[in-house]
Amino acid sequence: MSEPAATALLAEDVIKRYGPVTALAGVTLRVALGECVALVGESGSGKSTLLRCFNRLVTADAGRVSVQGVDVETADPVGLRRTMGYVQQEGGLLPHWTVLRNAGLVPRLLARPNPDALARQALALVGLPSAELESRYPAELSGGQRQRVAIARAIAAQPPVLLMDEPFGALDAITRAELQHAFAGLRRRLGATLALVTHDLREAFLLADRVAVLRAGHVEQADTPDGLRRAPATPYVRRLLETAEVA
Amino acid sequence: MSVLVRLRPPWIALLLCTGPAVAQTRPIVVASKPFAESYLLAEMFAQLLERAGHPVDRRLGLGATEIAFGALRTGAIDVYPEYTGTGLLAILDQPVEPDPRAVYRRVADAFAGRWDVHWLPPLGFENTYAIAVRRETADRHALRTLSDLARVSPQLTAGLTPDFTGRPDGLPALERVYGFRPRAVRSLVQAVKYLALAEGAVDVIDGYSTDGLIARYGLVVLEDDRAAFPPYEAAALVSARLWREAPSAVRALTQLSGRLDEATMRALNARVEVSNEPVATVAHEALAALGLASPADTGAPRAGAPRAGLVRYLWDRRAETARLLGRHVLLVALSLGAAVLLAVPLGLALERWRAGAEGAIRAVGVLQTIPGIALLAFMLPLLGIGTAPALVALFLYSLYPIVRNTYSGVRDAAPDAVGAAEALGMTPGQLLRQVRLPLAAPVIMAGVRTAAVINVGTATLAAFIGAGGLGEPIVSGLALSDSRLVLSGAIPAALLALAVDLVLGGVERIVRPRGTPA
Repeated sequence: MSEPAATALLAEDVIKRYGPVTALAGVTLRVALGECVALVGESGSGKSTLLRCFNRLVTADAGRVSVQGVDVETADPVGLRRTMGYVQQEGGLLPHWTVLRNAGLVPRLLARPNPDALARQALALVGLPSAELESRYPAELSGGQRQRVAIARAIAAQPPVLLMDEPFGALDAITRAELQHAFAGLRRRLGATLALVTHDLREAFLLADRVAVLRAGHVEQADTPDGLRRAPATPYVRRLLETAEVA
Repeated sequence: MSVLVRLRPPWIALLLCTGPAVAQTRPIVVASKPFAESYLLAEMFAQLLERAGHPVDRRLGLGATEIAFGALRTGAIDVYPEYTGTGLLAILDQPVEPDPRAVYRRVADAFAGRWDVHWLPPLGFENTYAIAVRRETADRHALRTLSDLARVSPQLTAGLTPDFTGRPDGLPALERVYGFRPRAVRSLVQAVKYLALAEGAVDVIDGYSTDGLIARYGLVVLEDDRAAFPPYEAAALVSARLWREAPSAVRALTQLSGRLDEATMRALNARVEVSNEPVATVAHEALAALGLASPADTGAPRAGAPRAGLVRYLWDRRAETARLLGRHVLLVALSLGAAVLLAVPLGLALERWRAGAEGAIRAVGVLQTIPGIALLAFMLPLLGIGTAPALVALFLYSLYPIVRNTYSGVRDAAPDAVGAAEALGMTPGQLLRQVRLPLAAPVIMAGVRTAAVINVGTATLAAFIGAGGLGEPIVSGLALSDSRLVLSGAIPAALLALAVDLVLGGVERIVRPRGTPA
């Protein structure tokens, strides 16, 4: 890995508390341009909170968060978010909009001249035959199709950064495997920087260049899948690898 | 000014004092309370005034003592029949006084001094409380007086009007003076108490001594042997305006003073309550018998004698029903429209300010718990009677379901989708307009629909403050024991509620965005 590669996402000593609960206890993480980093950990480890700091859905109490060199505190949050694709676990599609309109949301917010064309292109990239599906409503799709539309919506405006929060978490095992593999291929073609939250270490190893293991609001270890396998930094990481049978 | 007067051509002066036919700036507003005798007396007042050349506006069946008297005191009405005992106890809150002349003097002085409201000389009869039982109850227990009744009261169930139960000269007086302790007290409205007694649902009721139904059901009225009730002499109560500005009207009304005795009144009430003859006809014939109306001029047509079928009756009233329906729809539409204009933005604002939302919505909900009559009585000093207070009351009653549904509809609209749209860069305004409002629209509309249906029902109360609508025949029908008249208001009101529900249900479906589950 070329060490001085440009940084796309940066979190330094980030602290976030919700009343008495500390979600992030001084997290530092760097994601290089074009890199895919998976944030892995149990519920409550702070992985989603960290992800949401990058698009200002969460504002850190202390520390510094920047996206492509810009401090998110100084950026306009709405403009910032439009430059970052976002996929959540489920239910993220607007139920009263068709597939095409959902997929064209961000191009429209950015007032691009050709939102429908961008939407169709994105639907094709995620493997949905848009001619057949584009006029349907989310309720008329299968769970897997809905998640593909959500991914298409996130990439339609070709954002430089993608944030994904358990994007395949609500799918059945077969559909999940299908989408994981489809996305692994897609990611290389997109070339976007990607931060992916998952509790599934196998998924992380499949999709990510590097994996950051979070525990109780701090990063336990961040390394490539091989690096983690070779040298687990803590007993917790070792146990995690063993349980996931990826060791 | 005096120069101008002198410069006036003499014919103008002539025109200005051509006696009773002088045009008034505003018609004389004649009102009554919602029971048969009050309607009848008010109608007699109205006909006397019309005969003397005064234009008259009838506002019959006003809520109860507080509303009728409140309206008179504030000048919203000009005259209504009242009873001296009621004035003494219910309005002045003074103790019982057995001598009728003394009671009259006391209320006349007090009302003139305090409110510039004036009692004309009494009409000539008393209408006191008549505690009545069935003939067989009287025979079985040998009841003749209220003292007798008190003795056996633990074996009896009383059916009393809320008015009687609450007034110091009502149930409390019976308890205090006679030791009346019935086994149970059921609250009954005016309209059903005689039927409830006749059919044995209760054993004792509070009636009025001149009620026409006492004779119809063959009831026994027990003598007030210890004078628990004060004298209730009927008299016209007139406003300051009428008293000062229309002496000829006051003279016309005074013609009836001392002319009606108890037997006459009971017979007249029976014609209205038992035979269901039109009030106007009965009033006219009574005045004619006293030489206060010409017999030839038979006022209203003498209808009602043959009891046509209900359908025929409703059909014959169709023009009147259409007019009342139109008015009803107008009251509902205006108040509901105003409520939507306030409640939807309020619900949206509260959604932004969630900390205070529940409290604020509950405060709006408290309005819902104020009884209609109380709310109307409350607003009387500010808004008088008629359309304005009715609209305000209906508006207030409509707020809660709309605010509540707007707030929770917008708050709960697809939170996951809203979260994702926010994460992708929608502004709060875009979220509201493009996502939350469209998704909440059916819920908001359901609130409007609930408010509208409640509103149609509540609007029948508007009749109690003279605002018209379909409540008018309901209120008069209940007062006059005329079930066909009640139905002529109640059936269209029910159909209207159904129609409103259907139409707004359709709107609810139309505003439901495609793709969302029904």
